[in-house]
Amino acid sequence: MTDVCIIGAGIHPFGRTEGMSGLQQGVFAVRRALADSGIDWPDIEIAFGGSSAAGNADTMVGELGLTGVPFINVANGCATGGSALYGAFAAIKAGQADLALAVGFDKHPRGSFDPKPADWGLPDWVGETGLMLTTQFFALKLRRYMEQFGISERTLGLIAEKAYGNGSLAPHSWRKTPVDLDTILNSQMVNDPLTKYMFCSPAEGGVALVLASHSKARALGATPVFLKTATMRTRPPGSFEVFSPSLDIVRGPSPTVIAAKAAFEAAGIGPQDVDVAQLQDTESGAEIMHMAENGFCADGEQEQWIAEGRTKINGALPVNTDGGCLACGEPIGASGLRQVFENVIQLRGAAGARQVPGARTAYSHVYGAPGVSAITILQR
Amino acid sequence: MQMIAERLMTAGPTPQLVGGRDRLSGRITFPLPADETRFEAILLPSEGHIWTWTVQRFRPKSPPYVGPEAFEPFAIAYVQLGELIIVETRLTGFAFDTLKVGLPCRLVGEALGGRLTFAFAPLEPRT
Repeated sequence: MTDVCIIGAGIHPFGRTEGMSGLQQGVFAVRRALADSGIDWPDIEIAFGGSSAAGNADTMVGELGLTGVPFINVANGCATGGSALYGAFAAIKAGQADLALAVGFDKHPRGSFDPKPADWGLPDWVGETGLMLTTQFFALKLRRYMEQFGISERTLGLIAEKAYGNGSLAPHSWRKTPVDLDTILNSQMVNDPLTKYMFCSPAEGGVALVLASHSKARALGATPVFLKTATMRTRPPGSFEVFSPSLDIVRGPSPTVIAAKAAFEAAGIGPQDVDVAQLQDTESGAEIMHMAENGFCADGEQEQWIAEGRTKINGALPVNTDGGCLACGEPIGASGLRQVFENVIQLRGAAGARQVPGARTAYSHVYGAPGVSAITILQR
Repeated sequence: MQMIAERLMTAGPTPQLVGGRDRLSGRITFPLPADETRFEAILLPSEGHIWTWTVQRFRPKSPPYVGPEAFEPFAIAYVQLGELIIVETRLTGFAFDTLKVGLPCRLVGEALGGRLTFAFAPLEPRT
């Protein structure tokens, strides 16, 4: 099977863009990605895309051109972008196409997400009694983890401080102003132990990636970044997921644990080989737990890792170099592809002030409701 | 007072949640799934302990939330019931600054939006 390369990456800056729909931000990103790769829209042989709240991705053919291209809509919660990329990756691997597009975009109203119980197979009372909030899940999973493995609230604050610092260095981020630790720790409590500055906010943005078979990338003269693997897994028995009225007494691993293991196996490398990682950080604690779930450290080691600054840009394993979801916000359909975009920029050595020196191998991880995890490993 | 959902919990002074046991695997789940050929109803223990907790500091959006407009933060938890299951629940009667993993608690009814739902309250020492 062919190697798969990313030859083009485009982004519409994250945040809030009045007067521009989510779909238009997706189209903007596609045009940027096409220009970056040096190909034109009619060259795309298959496309995968999605949003959570901003409409059907395939309608963008109206703006991009009616080429008849097969365009598959993806809806996988926070893993929508990752799943779109998985589709494009698989199409090229299978020899169905030499040039494929993955696009994700979104535009959410302000305030917390407002999921409908029926969409998640749950009875109405779960929402009626105030138990249908993603922020609660993050706090509940985190509290248990902190008690089990000795993670401090100060460490949660340090994660957020790093995010806003990194975000101030990324042109595509939303939050451009560093926030100091005391402000983060003393800001309004949202769901204990998580304060306002420890949560990402629903936002807007779009990201597109152009994928090519290795032979096609060579023929185009592109400087490719190799997509070693795009792996996606749903939840195993006993995992702790959002929107769960009950949990099994016999506890099991998360979908991230099994996806990470499969991704490292597919890429033929281990966590120690990764130079830069983008890990889903919908809140500070998620980044901490995902460091361990993805295999980068043991449970509980995060306390020391963060105290030593090991995940800062100049550290041993820089994590969320563009500020992650905390600094970029969360347009659900676009977040997973933003991580890959950031990794492509890092591997090209084009990340400016936030560049990880000499980065060769980059890792991305998204997690979504109701228990899906999508991972990519990139190499140059 | 009307229950917020049918077959959610039993009535009486010592209510119990109604769970479901998968007839094939023996796995226990809550609430009781609609598929009665696969799941048999079982009553869950009325006492347990806090497995994890948080406090809901902002008012959930309505709909679907049916709680009062004048919002007061409320605590929620996952409560472990014996060695059977861990259920998500509202907490009532706990001071927020006393909440911690492992506290014992018991099932009670709680009025919300004119109907009755379930919550867990502190388990007082027996006299």
